[in-house]
Amino acid sequence: MKKTNWYLLVLALVLSLFLAACSGGDDSETGSEGEGTDTTETDSEGSDEASGDSEQVLNIMDSAEIPTMDASLATDAVAFQWLGSTTDGLYRLGEGAEPEPGIATDHEVSEDALTWTFNLREDAVWSNGDPVTANDFVYAWQRAVNPDTGSEYGPYMMNGVILNAEAVSAGDMPVEELGVTAVDDYTLEVQLEKPIPYFESLTTFGTFLPLNQAFVEEQGDQYALEAETLLSNGPFVMTEWNHGEGWTLEKNQDYWDAENVQLEEINVRVVKETATGVNLYETGEVDRAGLSAEFVDQYSSSDEYRIEEEPVLFYVKMNQENEILSNVNARKAIQMVIDRQGIVDVILNNGSLPSVGHIPANFVSHPDSGEDFRELSGDLIETNVEEAQQLWSTAKEELGIEEAELGYLGGDSEVAQNMDAYIKDQLEQLEGLTVNVESVPFQVRLDRDTAMDYDLQNSGWGPDYIDPNTFLNMFVTDGANNKTGYASEEYDSLIAEANNELALEPVERFENFLEAEQLLIQDDAVIAPLYQRASAQLWKPYVQGVIVNPMGPDYTYKYAYIEGK
Amino acid sequence: MTRYILQRLGYMLITMFLIATFTFFLMKLLPGSPLAAADKLSEEQQAIVLEKYGLNDPVPVQYFNYMVNLAQGDLGISFQFDNREVTTIILDRIGPSMQLGFQAMVIGTILGMLLGLVSAIYHNGFLDYSSTFLAVVGQSIPSFVFAGILQYYVGVRLGWFPVALWEGWEYTVLPTISLAIFPIAIAARFMRTEMLEVLGSDYITTARAKGVNKFGVVFKHGLRNALIPLITVLGPLAIGLMTGTLVIENIFAVPGIGEQFVKAINTNDFPIIMGTTLLIAFLFIFIVLVIDLLYGVIDPRIRLAEGE
Repeated sequence: MKKTNWYLLVLALVLSLFLAACSGGDDSETGSEGEGTDTTETDSEGSDEASGDSEQVLNIMDSAEIPTMDASLATDAVAFQWLGSTTDGLYRLGEGAEPEPGIATDHEVSEDALTWTFNLREDAVWSNGDPVTANDFVYAWQRAVNPDTGSEYGPYMMNGVILNAEAVSAGDMPVEELGVTAVDDYTLEVQLEKPIPYFESLTTFGTFLPLNQAFVEEQGDQYALEAETLLSNGPFVMTEWNHGEGWTLEKNQDYWDAENVQLEEINVRVVKETATGVNLYETGEVDRAGLSAEFVDQYSSSDEYRIEEEPVLFYVKMNQENEILSNVNARKAIQMVIDRQGIVDVILNNGSLPSVGHIPANFVSHPDSGEDFRELSGDLIETNVEEAQQLWSTAKEELGIEEAELGYLGGDSEVAQNMDAYIKDQLEQLEGLTVNVESVPFQVRLDRDTAMDYDLQNSGWGPDYIDPNTFLNMFVTDGANNKTGYASEEYDSLIAEANNELALEPVERFENFLEAEQLLIQDDAVIAPLYQRASAQLWKPYVQGVIVNPMGPDYTYKYAYIEGK
Repeated sequence: MTRYILQRLGYMLITMFLIATFTFFLMKLLPGSPLAAADKLSEEQQAIVLEKYGLNDPVPVQYFNYMVNLAQGDLGISFQFDNREVTTIILDRIGPSMQLGFQAMVIGTILGMLLGLVSAIYHNGFLDYSSTFLAVVGQSIPSFVFAGILQYYVGVRLGWFPVALWEGWEYTVLPTISLAIFPIAIAARFMRTEMLEVLGSDYITTARAKGVNKFGVVFKHGLRNALIPLITVLGPLAIGLMTGTLVIENIFAVPGIGEQFVKAINTNDFPIIMGTTLLIAFLFIFIVLVIDLLYGVIDPRIRLAEGE
């Protein structure tokens, strides 16, 4: 009897321990500013030392599980990265962010720039053997704006671009009315709402990737949930997907351009901690690791250290519904008193650049001369404490106040809090100004931005396509992302003109944007630019040919190879 | 006994119902939208997408629908992992967390009990002081510090075990040790205190007088009596382990559920928040029941089924 009891006890103990092992969670990692998902990839090869020819295997890290492999539903960097590696759209992003042929070999644009006719290659196939046809694009695009799909990026990317997208996505028009038709199997005709000068670069974006209708419909609810319920037509095929742990891509032997793909395999593991990534890099398990500020000093002199510039801008938004901030001199004083160099050197320390406008450096260039927008536009603001003080006292006089108090909405990550404390310090150099920093989670900041419930706000923006419009269009009167109360007819007309009358005049259009940026930053001081983000990385020297992209997939692995490992 | 268990199971159901209700309404107070690109869509467009998830209905209607589905065992689909079923996601992720937690609890409890026993037997001796010191250190150093140190020195420097990732048994060693530190410390402390108390009591003296040797007394009489309080702390101990797992999972890149849960809260992924909360609540309530039943098994003086 006693013995039975003891067995029972042990059994129950073991059982309770087993059940106890389920994990709950506390909050240790929260997203920082409005940067979406930060991708941390690292390339590596873990296996045996290759002698002679290196084994063409890349082992890399990503910072999060893939949310979805369904092109219609993708919204974040991780999803667009792996969709981009497995699927070719009409065009692909190549070196220098230049679109290069994907499924389309070339295209013609009608005189009014409203009809784009793409000629598709006939040798492209899906990984189940079906040919890739014009209908795959028609189906995919219709699906993306179909309200039943519940896509967020479908309407976001296509409304106002593809003819009738707005009405279709609102459910007011059948999907067949969307301006995309298959003339024959290998000719795709796209009707645009208005001329879109950057449409070619849009076609490289994840939301515009094709889908195999028969396959998607056959899989139904299960489509793209597992490696087995996915199809690819690109350089790599996903062969394994262990959720939360990682995934494996293998070279697609049936890819139309397979001869230019050298990598045989890409192994991706989900690793969230920077320190863990660095340790894995050190042991040679991965070939690339992202570095946070505290690691930069340790590695910045290494040959394997690289800075990757990103076209993502951070700035202080100023709510003009606030009486003090409605004064343009007060806003200029705020712009001028912040030491941007200090932010990138002291707080970030990862290669980020001080931002002096609202178009990132190395993002778009002049259509004729090829000069960088940033170079042409120059430094629209500078740090000058004395002048800032003068502007500030003028503002105080105009407002009839002696002292001022402003709220400051910032992120709750460690870096964000350091930065906001630093900026508060800078701002309070202005005599009589008190700044109250509030550190809130990203979601709260978004809510309060929408409600315009803030005075000052640390905010960020990354591009959705390669064109100045993606940054400058934000601040048109009542724009969904304006939320500063800025309303300028002059500014609105510059942007409207660039997007309509001047759509086919690249040079004049470019000049409009230059003018608009100057108005936005220098004359009207709508926002106070802070910095352009960069990320510090370690790359094993034997990884070659990886292209870093300014939008869409962060990296192009199609031409990557391993040499001399 | 059976009646008692049935009764407890009934209470469990009520508790689960209350937890589900509270969590549901609390969750609706979370700021922000479950949409990933809410900042990029107009309100009309947002409404169209929210319709797909039934989020345009008034909250009481949503609550009613959720409870009806829940009663049928349907936890719904995730928002952040489009179209993936909550049940599948939880099942994908719970395995590694459970395995680590289980290993850590087994190792932690056994080692901790041994340490405590040694301390008690060699009371005020060198071994006692050493093991007390170990216990204090283990309890006061946060697990992530310990994990970081283990990862760097044992993983990177010595290369004895994999630094991180989740690809086989050897990958569980470092995270298990990191997780086990706290249970070891707690179990050692409790064991020592209880054993000292038990060993000082009259019936032990009697047993010793009758000629039972030192170790015989400890194992036959002492251990069993000291187990009651130990089992009582196992519950909270288990919870401690659960909350610690998020940090350990992140440091060792373990595809567990801890990180998943936090991310769900940050992204307003309501179905995942509900599903995970309910699962944790269920396990917790269940463990409490098991502990209560164990009392009766260990100590006949505690009779649960009074009628018999």
